[in-house]
Amino acid sequence: MAAHLVRRLLIAIPSRLGISLILFLILALAPGDPFGELATNPNVPPEVRMALRAKFGLDDPILVRYLRWLVALAQGDWGFSFASRIDVSTLILQRVPTTLLVIGSSQVLALGIAVPVGIYAAMRPYSLIDQVANTLAFVGFSLPTFFTGLLFILLFSIKLDWLPFVYNADVQASGWRWWWEHVRQAIMPVCVLGFFQAASYTRYVRSAVLDVARLDYVTTARAKGLSDRTVTLRHVARNALIPVVTLVALQMPAVFGGAIVTEQIFRVPGIGSLLINAMLANDTPVVMAVTFVFACLVVLFNLIADLLYGWLDPRISFG
Amino acid sequence: MNEQGIRDLIDDVKDGRLSRRGFVGRMVALGLSAPFAGTMLAASGVAAQSYDRATYAPTKAGGGGTLKLLWWQAPTLLNPHFATGTKDQEGSRIFYEPLAAWDNDGNLVPILASELPSVENGLLARDGLSVVWKLKPGVTWHDGKPFTADDVVFTAQYAADPATAAVTLGSYKDLKVEKVDDLTVKITFDKPTPFWADAFVATVGMILPKHLFADYIGGKSRDAPANLAPVGTGPYRFVEFRPGDMIRGDRNPRYHLPNRPFFDAIEMKGGGDAVSAARAVLQTGEYDCAWNLQVEDEVLKRLEASGKGRVDLAYGGNTEFLLLNAADPNVEVDGERASLKTKHFAFSDPAVRDAMKLLVDRASVQQFIYGRTGRATANFLNGPERFVSKATSFAFDPAKAEALLEAAGWKKGSDGVRAKDGKRLNFVYQTSINAPRQKTQAIVKQAAQKAGIDIEIKSIPATVFFSSDVANPDTYPKFYADMEMYTWNMTQPDPAVYMLQWAGWEVAQKENKWQGRNIARWQNGDYDKLYRASQVELDPVKRAAMYVAMNELVVKDNVVPLLHRAQVNGFATKLKAPQSGWDNTLWLLADWYKDA
Repeated sequence: MAAHLVRRLLIAIPSRLGISLILFLILALAPGDPFGELATNPNVPPEVRMALRAKFGLDDPILVRYLRWLVALAQGDWGFSFASRIDVSTLILQRVPTTLLVIGSSQVLALGIAVPVGIYAAMRPYSLIDQVANTLAFVGFSLPTFFTGLLFILLFSIKLDWLPFVYNADVQASGWRWWWEHVRQAIMPVCVLGFFQAASYTRYVRSAVLDVARLDYVTTARAKGLSDRTVTLRHVARNALIPVVTLVALQMPAVFGGAIVTEQIFRVPGIGSLLINAMLANDTPVVMAVTFVFACLVVLFNLIADLLYGWLDPRISFG
Repeated sequence: MNEQGIRDLIDDVKDGRLSRRGFVGRMVALGLSAPFAGTMLAASGVAAQSYDRATYAPTKAGGGGTLKLLWWQAPTLLNPHFATGTKDQEGSRIFYEPLAAWDNDGNLVPILASELPSVENGLLARDGLSVVWKLKPGVTWHDGKPFTADDVVFTAQYAADPATAAVTLGSYKDLKVEKVDDLTVKITFDKPTPFWADAFVATVGMILPKHLFADYIGGKSRDAPANLAPVGTGPYRFVEFRPGDMIRGDRNPRYHLPNRPFFDAIEMKGGGDAVSAARAVLQTGEYDCAWNLQVEDEVLKRLEASGKGRVDLAYGGNTEFLLLNAADPNVEVDGERASLKTKHFAFSDPAVRDAMKLLVDRASVQQFIYGRTGRATANFLNGPERFVSKATSFAFDPAKAEALLEAAGWKKGSDGVRAKDGKRLNFVYQTSINAPRQKTQAIVKQAAQKAGIDIEIKSIPATVFFSSDVANPDTYPKFYADMEMYTWNMTQPDPAVYMLQWAGWEVAQKENKWQGRNIARWQNGDYDKLYRASQVELDPVKRAAMYVAMNELVVKDNVVPLLHRAQVNGFATKLKAPQSGWDNTLWLLADWYKDA
């Protein structure tokens, strides 16, 4: 087990280096210029723009820039944003709480819906409830979040005027009002993301439960005279959820990465919106940092998922 | 009426023989606009009628609640001298102030200055070599320190140091700024300078506190704590800043004008898109002000119908135009296309240029695409009034265009495309990806096709088109196409910088890494002569006439102006927010208030 862990961690190093190099090359080769906006301001002479490029090292060869970035990173320095001239780590840390809150709650909501509905539907396959659940799941993951998001805004903000559609990460209130404001503004983005996730999770849970429910030991459990409830929860669900746990573990990096589209629609100041704005502004250090952290998390959670799998299912070993 | 006649009238006003209103009335009768007439008086020493701040109604400061601003492009930094875009200038403008700002007619309004320099009050040198700014006494920074001439002198040094990497470097690098006394600053120019109101004015002129930035001049500029926590003289004090998301401020109780500001706090939320920003102000009323609503007018009208807010249009000098390449983009000379050594195969023929102008249906483009947010124009220089030519006109006349082409020997071939000497009228027409621009392209293409001109439309992502990436062939300065279209912003009410882009020596080419401003590659000796003369002409009336003449030269040849575009903002119905097309949306934030 320990040897496996060490081996996996060592393998991860070259893959992370590779990821960072490819990211850097793509960003460097992509068209655009962080000072492009200055180019359309007639009051800024071209020399000023050239001087800025030179000062921020944008005119150096790509490999030199990459090595400089890598060396700085090895010393824990993520560099600074061209757009705001402050440290990238500060920018990211500012966005983490909101991202975790919004995306985390949407995952919780998704699981809260998907697990019970999926199990219930699978235990009564092709019943009316199963068919309704299936239909809704199909509708759910066929509708993109930018569409449901706009629909929600139209209905709950504009027609009914119940919920605000501009997310305000620091509410100026205290006590209950603070909580209430936060919940109110989070309802729409959390629901949009949660429903979308719930739809695909439901399909997954249902098929996993269906597979397990056919197995002989389940029949044995029923033959022993155990109640339906005990069979479903203790014998079927526990085993069926093993692959679901893996799936959720692999989704965790996405929780950090945020949801670009939804964040943009509701103006949630999460990491997704930081990333998209940095891309639009050609703010390479920020894009590098966010995508690289994201890539590392994917590698890390893959590892965790593998380990979890072995722990949940002792038949799998890592000899 | 000739120049002498006007001068006599101005003397009459000075001596009190003719009222100010009487003078303006006569000028209007002559076809000049009222602001133009006012400016002529100002230029001749009769006090200018700049924006009247007495219209501000509240009788005490504070009590207005929170002012909620929605900026769909979020400010990412709060040091005005690092501002990469207008959004950053706007964010900084909440806290910092310049010595003077521009009102909607292009007149100066004193902010931190106690009076405006003029030849009459002796602050402006008659030879145009120096100007003296008198500072308002009793102004304090948010931290209680007094605002003095040292801060002004320091701001100039800070921006002028190349190591600081300030984007305002260009406005300060050739100046000598000295302190005369605690409330007086003298700027000396190295040559006679008719436009002296650049440094310390409006967007580039926000003054920084010396006591907080003195240690961070030059290479250490990025480390200044005040970059993220500004301390200014403005109506609101800094509370919190989250780059790309939120700026928060509270009322400055020591603000230097009585009864201002009206609001107790201010917040500027950033991010999202323009349409939903318009919606949050015009339709749901969640916010008080939405900035830069680049949204189709039809959508704006629909949102406005809810009655929660109104659309405000401020016309500065921003102009959308179409360029006809003077050089040939299809021929490569020394590894460079559209080289100055070539002549465009068709646009070198005045008949083709004139025909093309007749085929652009500007009125329809305005009516069906831009609505209230743009005005069809025949001029490249659209403001302030004193610089606008009255002698130009435009028309949409495909029949005349065909006749012109026919007469010049461009005959229709079997495929319906005109050709002459084996050269077909087949043009590539490029612009950035932006819905109104693609619709405009379609309108032009359709009309041209009927007249026998084949147009190939090309749309380039804005981040590529507007970048200065030397390696990319699709940027607007490279202009590897026959025609291209974009908007150029006139960021100050003096046309010197704006009109520099047609000077012959500014042509963008390989030699200067396409950093030159003259994208059309149009060169004209008369224009260059006029431009050079305008740079040293100290008589405002003569100088205005020069710019009018330059504009007429430009639009006669390779530049086809399409629309004079407005800055579009959305305001809550009750919000009173004076706007200016020549300055930031927040240029007079101290005077914003809500009707009871």
